Amino acid sequence: MNARLLPYVLILPVTLFLCLFFLYPFVLVAAQAFGGSDGLSLDNFRDVVSYWKFPISLKNTMLLAALVVPVQLALALLMATMVNRMKKGRDLVLYIWTIPLGISDLAAGIIWLAIFEQSGFLNSMMTGLGLAEGPVNFLSYQNPGLVFLAIALAEIWRATAIMLVILVAGIGLIPKEYYEAAEVFGASPWQRFLRVTLPMLRPSLQTALILRVVLAFEVFAVVAALGGTLLPVLMGEIYAYQFDLQNGGAAAAMALIVLGISIVFTLIILRVLRVPKGATI
Amino acid sequence: MAEIQIRNVAKRFGSYQALHDINLTIADQEFMVLLGASGCGKSTLLRIIAGLETQTTGEVWIGGRRIDHLPPKDRGIAMVFQNYAVFPHLTVFENIGFGLRMQKLRNDEVTRRVTRTAELMHIEQLLTRYSGELSGGQRQRVAVARALAMEPDVILMDEPLSNLDALLRLEMRAELKGVLAESNTTAIYVTHDQVEAMSLADRISVMHQGRIVQAASPVEVYRDPAERFVAGFIGNPPMNFLPASNHGNGRWAVADQVFAGPDVSAAALEFAIRPEDLRPADDGLEARVRLVEPLGAHLLLTCDVAGTMFRAILDSDMTVRAGDQLKLAAMPDRIRWFDPDTSLSVPTAA
Repeated sequence: MNARLLPYVLILPVTLFLCLFFLYPFVLVAAQAFGGSDGLSLDNFRDVVSYWKFPISLKNTMLLAALVVPVQLALALLMATMVNRMKKGRDLVLYIWTIPLGISDLAAGIIWLAIFEQSGFLNSMMTGLGLAEGPVNFLSYQNPGLVFLAIALAEIWRATAIMLVILVAGIGLIPKEYYEAAEVFGASPWQRFLRVTLPMLRPSLQTALILRVVLAFEVFAVVAALGGTLLPVLMGEIYAYQFDLQNGGAAAAMALIVLGISIVFTLIILRVLRVPKGATI
Repeated sequence: MAEIQIRNVAKRFGSYQALHDINLTIADQEFMVLLGASGCGKSTLLRIIAGLETQTTGEVWIGGRRIDHLPPKDRGIAMVFQNYAVFPHLTVFENIGFGLRMQKLRNDEVTRRVTRTAELMHIEQLLTRYSGELSGGQRQRVAVARALAMEPDVILMDEPLSNLDALLRLEMRAELKGVLAESNTTAIYVTHDQVEAMSLADRISVMHQGRIVQAASPVEVYRDPAERFVAGFIGNPPMNFLPASNHGNGRWAVADQVFAGPDVSAAALEFAIRPEDLRPADDGLEARVRLVEPLGAHLLLTCDVAGTMFRAILDSDMTVRAGDQLKLAAMPDRIRWFDPDTSLSVPTAA
């Protein structure tokens, strides 16, 4: 085998796979989104954007991401720092913390539903402790704030670990000597975190944030399980267009809008967390 | 004034005793080198002084102040690390100014000090660069400048030159000595390289298995090793040893020869002589030459004397071949004696 050709031959299977199962469907979706009665048109986009639920679902998705992602980032950083300091039992703690990762998002939603619903654990506990007269319906249209918080909580529980594992690996790669130098030159533990850990963690932070933010825009199953239709989100609307309203064109247009939002945020994260030119981390 | 006193410092890691009861006083502005093979505890001792490691027992005093319970930043020290630890995400300027920023100094003061130390280390043209754009030698200069910018009482250096290539090491060594002499700081320098230790130190502390076996000037460590270990460690090649048996009245039989030595009652001592303190003579130790290595100015001979390996450094105008028989005379005032039981040096003078 020609040594110059070999690398291309080796990546050929995966390239073919991606073309067949990613690029081709993507082209189909794009064609559907931009398709109209007379060739190319933006009708589908106009329709979905002007629908009354669009601004609400966009706002809900954004608010959820805005609440969930920073909390997860802070938690994941805290947990990663703690794990990194541990000498014994480090792996065990890490395994336990990453258990939620192994549970599907719908199952996670159902677990939290079992806690919050009218006959759920939280209600039984509060009644048992005498904190409530009778069962309270937390997840009703009368408490939109509670529904939102329950969904945020379930999301934080479910997906913090994905950031955690990336950050643990990243922190483990920072040589100890940098911390010692920072300590000798007068940096407090908090300053060492701000001036050594965070800047040197930038590549891992980029990966973790992009992954998590993109996933946050795709939030669906947890919302469906806990909120039903009480809290419309973008993905839920795509589902409704595709399966309830049988409007493939509109669903495709929405999907492209979500893709567009994800790309914009990815670019913002890459820009904000870029490594300065010439610096090597 | 920054005299350093290390009082009864010991360090255990679990069941491993890394340092045994270290006592050492380093004078203000002295350049002290801790010299020893890897694992001898020299870096541990330095890290205890820096505050990166806590001693199990004992005290560390700097400038009349007990500092072993203080965090590193309150000890009046600065440190140069083996792998430099120059932050890759900061420019050279911000690296040198790191400690000054932590002290919350005013911007113009930071600029003044960073510029001055950068000029001292000849890196003023690199201030806007990042460490990834620097060579190993330049990174080393940044690390030294960062320490000097703190204007510390004590500067600690952990094998700072060991990652540089030979030529650069020679150059940096001379420069370090000059810069530190001008800065009036007390310096502690850890190395396993005895040439580096000899050339830099005011005083060398030779360490072995968690103990300081000798703390003395480079010449004294070389000429009058306090222990057999020092004699066998310092010098390249190190001292030659031969067993000596008591011939009475301070006279000692060494490989069929009789030498004047210490007037002690011990039955046996060890005779030691440096390779360069041997001369070919009509009368002396019978040596069979096994290997001749020309070193330019000198010949390094590996011989066999009474069944023991023996090295001699002779003038290169000699013609010697492997297999030759030679008689080697030892310069009488350079002969040293060691007690084989205690390994300690036994003085000749009454």
